[in-house]
Amino acid sequence: MSEVAQEKQDLPAIERCHVLICAGAACVASGAMEVEAAMKSKISALNLEAEVSLFDTGCVGTCDLGPVVIVYPEGTFYVKLKPADAEEIVTEHLLKGRVVQRLLSKDADHVEVPSIFEHPFFAKQKRIALRNLGVINPESIDEYIAVGGYASLGKVLEMTQDEVIKLVLDSGLRGRGGAGFPTGRKWAFAKAVEADQKYVIINGDEGDPGAFMDRSVLEGDPHSVIEGLAIAGYAIGATQGYAYVRAEYPLAIKRLQIAIDQAREYGLLGKGIFGKFDFDLEIRKGAGAFVCGEETALMRSIEGMRGQPRPKPPFPAVSGLWGKPTIINNVETLANVPAIIQNGPFWYSSFGTETSKGTKVFALAGNINNTGLIEVPFGTTLREVVFEIGGGIPNGKEFKAVQAGGPSGGCIPASLLDIPLDYESLQKAGAIVGSGGLIVMDSDTCMVDVARFFLEFTVDESCGQCTPCREGTKRMLEILTKITKGRGTLEDITKLETLAKAITQTSLCQLGITAPNPVLSTLRYFRDEYLAHVVDKTCPAKVCRELITFDILPDKCTGCTICARNCPTHAISGERKQAHVIDQSACIKCGECLVRCKFDAVVKV
Amino acid sequence: MKTLEDLKRIREEALKAMKVREGEQGTKITVAMGTCGIAAGARETMSALLDELNKRGITDVTVTQTGCKGLCEQEPMIEVTRAGEAAVTYGHVDAERARRIVAEHIVNGNLVGEYIVSK
Repeated sequence: MSEVAQEKQDLPAIERCHVLICAGAACVASGAMEVEAAMKSKISALNLEAEVSLFDTGCVGTCDLGPVVIVYPEGTFYVKLKPADAEEIVTEHLLKGRVVQRLLSKDADHVEVPSIFEHPFFAKQKRIALRNLGVINPESIDEYIAVGGYASLGKVLEMTQDEVIKLVLDSGLRGRGGAGFPTGRKWAFAKAVEADQKYVIINGDEGDPGAFMDRSVLEGDPHSVIEGLAIAGYAIGATQGYAYVRAEYPLAIKRLQIAIDQAREYGLLGKGIFGKFDFDLEIRKGAGAFVCGEETALMRSIEGMRGQPRPKPPFPAVSGLWGKPTIINNVETLANVPAIIQNGPFWYSSFGTETSKGTKVFALAGNINNTGLIEVPFGTTLREVVFEIGGGIPNGKEFKAVQAGGPSGGCIPASLLDIPLDYESLQKAGAIVGSGGLIVMDSDTCMVDVARFFLEFTVDESCGQCTPCREGTKRMLEILTKITKGRGTLEDITKLETLAKAITQTSLCQLGITAPNPVLSTLRYFRDEYLAHVVDKTCPAKVCRELITFDILPDKCTGCTICARNCPTHAISGERKQAHVIDQSACIKCGECLVRCKFDAVVKV
Repeated sequence: MKTLEDLKRIREEALKAMKVREGEQGTKITVAMGTCGIAAGARETMSALLDELNKRGITDVTVTQTGCKGLCEQEPMIEVTRAGEAAVTYGHVDAERARRIVAEHIVNGNLVGEYIVSK
């Protein structure tokens, strides 16, 4: 050994305090790097470098509170920081030991939460795939090793391939990318095929609007994905892996590349891993087409061709990348693997439900207080996720529905809030677990408009290869647009249903097969809203522009003129201190007057 | 790296450095760092404490700070609390005394009587 040990003469010193700053993309976007720079310069100005260390860590999950910082050993959790706040933390907390109360996060009763260990957002979670996010520095292989990293790979190399596959089968782990196929079975198929070369691929082409779990895992714990892939490689007999990550995830790509380089340097990738196994890994950047998340399209893209799916069978496990047996696993699936090896399959299967074992990461987005990333055991109810962990709906609005599984999924109405989140229950409700995106919608959301939004996405992303998907989704979108403009007929609703059925039955890949889901599920639970648009020509949620009008209430209008001055089409007229009126023929229904009016005189009807 | 032993060795070294993230440990040293403490040299005391702990590879000790304890005359002051024992406060702790307290109190478990302010 021990070139590595010799190189490591200069071991990290033991410090009294570690400051972890969340460097997930959401926090970076809200200014985490500026906060970090301010902290760094203040730490060095006060000569604290020798005893205090500042690290980046992966997404903590509380994305709406960013930038966030955790100060250990106390576990103090500071939120919504500005650079000036960061300096105060250094001078007060790090230097003098006084917690800066005003920067702490608050619970639902507005009481400060003293440490991350007691934060309600984390209390109901069980973090397995996310176990190291917010705990380790993703750019340090030593820290990953410290928390048990690469020990699972070492352990696996002492087992036979079949033992590894059986272990993963026993754990009940199912693919986290959408379809939920048992991971161990997939591996067993590829292992059974004789070939001179096999491949394993990380599917990091996360494309659902509002889903960001794979990005966060790649950014926050890239080594766990590499280790999971190497284990998969050993199990099926592959020596080469690829990480397919979309180019829109530059930070994930950067951290993954750093991790690959470190693993190579330590001999954990390359020839003779623990003296027993050859395995290497390369990144392939995708251009961000949604369809490339489909495995056959993904492989074509790696081969340098246009990302279009092909019919299955043959399945990739038999004939995949360059015609060789190939396994494609989702990022989150692979991040679970080392933990399963480390703790045993029955530890993992003790979480979750009868058929959905373990935990699932969900991305909370939309009209919800705690937008962010959470991981809960399967079987946790939607109500717990939305109201307990997610903190409920902002601005006192009412919960209307949740879109689960992105554009391939469906919506779940308030009446089903108590369903357990697992593969079967969601499917029965007309949605899917999918990649785990949960978009929460409040009472101001028009469900026809939501269906139109998701369909617009699939029309954009359809690769155009097969007719049902290319033409069918487009026709459905036209009908939906017609309905939202108030020109729909009852016959259109029937047409939508017929088209949806045909597209699902005849499309080539899952993109087309699942594309009608948002329409079908909104039709199932919110048919009355469709009827209101078609029959009454009204939009109950007052979203569809063609079906609403803006009016000024004369008794409330003070004639302040602010609406008239801000109207982009000069549709509002009136004397100062006199009630104003809107010229409906000129109004484009942008809603600017409603936002500007300080006297609630503008109404949407 | 060629064997699981190599991995284990790296793990143990790296773990020591990360111990601080597991929350407060068995023994806690609190350095009074109000303006008075810092003026009297608490920063050097703190550095000496950390340096001594580092040298000895002691990781199960949390070092933290607090404000002025009111007895400014005795600054720099530190308080040592071993798990299950009452807190002991030492006064006039310069760098040298700090190192001795680590050796005697933290490592050997013997109080350093002559520096004690209260216990």
